[in-house]
Amino acid sequence: MSREDTEIDDNEVKKLKFIAQKVRKDIIETLGTVGSGHGGPSLSIVEILVTLYFKEMRIDPTNPNWADRDYFILSKGHGALGYYTVLSRRGFFPREELFTFECLGSRLQGHPDTLLTPGVEISTGSLGQGLSVSVGIAIGVKMKGKGIRSYCLLGDGETEEGNVWEAAMSAAKFKLDNLLAIVDWNGLQGGVTLEVMPSLEPYAAKWEAFGWQVLDIPGHSIRALLQAYREACKIKGKPTLIIARTVKGKGVSFMENRAEWHSKKLEGDLLKQAKREVEIE
Amino acid sequence: MNWQKSSLREALGKTLLELGGKIPNLVIINADLVNSVKSIYFQKAYPERTIEVGIAEQNMIGIAAGMAKMGFIPVALTFARFASKRAADQISMCVDYSRTNVKIIGAYAGIFTGRQGVSQQTIEDTAAMRAMPNMTVIDTADVIEIRAVLHFAAEYDGPVYVRIGRDEWPVVFDDTYQFHFGKGSWLREGGDIVLLNSGLLLSYAIEAAELLAQEGIDAGVINMPTIKPIDKDLIHDVARNVGAIVTIENHNVLGGFGSAVAEVVVEDFPVPIERIGIQDEYSESAPNDDLAEKHNLTAPYVAEAAKRVLQRKHAYWPKRQWKGISIKI
Repeated sequence: MSREDTEIDDNEVKKLKFIAQKVRKDIIETLGTVGSGHGGPSLSIVEILVTLYFKEMRIDPTNPNWADRDYFILSKGHGALGYYTVLSRRGFFPREELFTFECLGSRLQGHPDTLLTPGVEISTGSLGQGLSVSVGIAIGVKMKGKGIRSYCLLGDGETEEGNVWEAAMSAAKFKLDNLLAIVDWNGLQGGVTLEVMPSLEPYAAKWEAFGWQVLDIPGHSIRALLQAYREACKIKGKPTLIIARTVKGKGVSFMENRAEWHSKKLEGDLLKQAKREVEIE
Repeated sequence: MNWQKSSLREALGKTLLELGGKIPNLVIINADLVNSVKSIYFQKAYPERTIEVGIAEQNMIGIAAGMAKMGFIPVALTFARFASKRAADQISMCVDYSRTNVKIIGAYAGIFTGRQGVSQQTIEDTAAMRAMPNMTVIDTADVIEIRAVLHFAAEYDGPVYVRIGRDEWPVVFDDTYQFHFGKGSWLREGGDIVLLNSGLLLSYAIEAAELLAQEGIDAGVINMPTIKPIDKDLIHDVARNVGAIVTIENHNVLGGFGSAVAEVVVEDFPVPIERIGIQDEYSESAPNDDLAEKHNLTAPYVAEAAKRVLQRKHAYWPKRQWKGISIKI
């Protein structure tokens, strides 16, 4: 069955929602145990990552370097904790390893390291660079005549970087319909709102003008994400960008939409409360 | 001396064409400038393996890293200033830290760029690239060495930065030349002082040794294309057994080849050194010969530097018996 024809059934959506809940729980537990990490920007990308890794992408956790795998790059490298929890849930490494996050000697660096962590394709964290690498992968796939797809997840604030737009132009030039970029549009960056920065708007129109198909969807909706991935597979001759409208800190009431929870330490009563809120009923 | 000259960038272009025939998964990522850096030959022969990204060097490096992930051998190529510093963080993250098999060529490296002035010259690229932990850095002296080094780089597994010049330039080597990765090689034996060269000023080093010989000074010449990893063993030998060094490079003396040699010398056996190169200043637009003169890079300046170093050597060690180095060239 080709990718665009895959049915999205209710049971599957339910299953993915359940995994997303477990991932949120892992994120909070790790934040509490380690006492450090980017909580907000990890919680906003949970559904995006879960749908990619548990449904959309063709990967083999037992063979991370499988030659015919799909490639994913977390260009917003500060979402590393969210990324690691999904990779471990998917079987790339044991869940207990999450609690070594950001500790000396750990394979789980504060930002992704391709040489250390199974499943990580390129080291990121210095913003604005991942999309170019995804473009290079997509070009390589086309040259080899393979059906592999190239995925890239960017932060909204990250797209203030000029390198992103260089990559966007080249993706259109090379007609990379095997490339799907997703922007985690949570409206906050670092400790502030996007509004204090030079404006990225009109956002969708910008990407369209750069030659992309743009889909604007609710970024925590499993079904909307899966549908958007289907749509992206259908278009020929141009890359697709999904603007995923998300909530920074999603799932923990006091973290949601609060810029200060970008990377603030989670401890004490707030940690207890966060754990209660992500508890699986 | 009367040197035969040959175009450095033509050698670059022709070697890339040659590599295209030899290595089927070698691709070139251009950021414009295909006529200047002569990747046009490769492009005409292998259009399907040529990626043109436009004037966007950061993107060039990222794309190269992505193509390396897909099993290609990408050569990212433009003027050294843009190939190295414009994309320095992309090189650090996507190539060096990620250890992708990308070959970066800094063309027009140094100051001899056809009267184009500072913006097209590059005197800090070695310093920037050398500070990256996984990077190999190689400078080239003439057309023969360019060809050998590019063949090596294409087959080496890991990130490499190669410096290449632009113009018609003295041909120092002949067809017997062999590139030995990470090794310097003696071009002339000498027991009083050694002139250590990396890159385009090699003919001046050889001429300087001649000038010194006329004054009864026995000056050796070593060519050391690999700046990183630097040939520590050979530098140790020279420091311990000869005791006087002049380094010669087409780069700022801060952070470049001379610095690399000095680091090894002071940590092992400190002896006097002088560094011929750009003395921490910007150059300007002028014919190459005028620039070489302005920056005190030509043979007479190298010879003068050598004599100053020799004086310091004798002042520091009036009684030491130097073993000298016996080698067969």
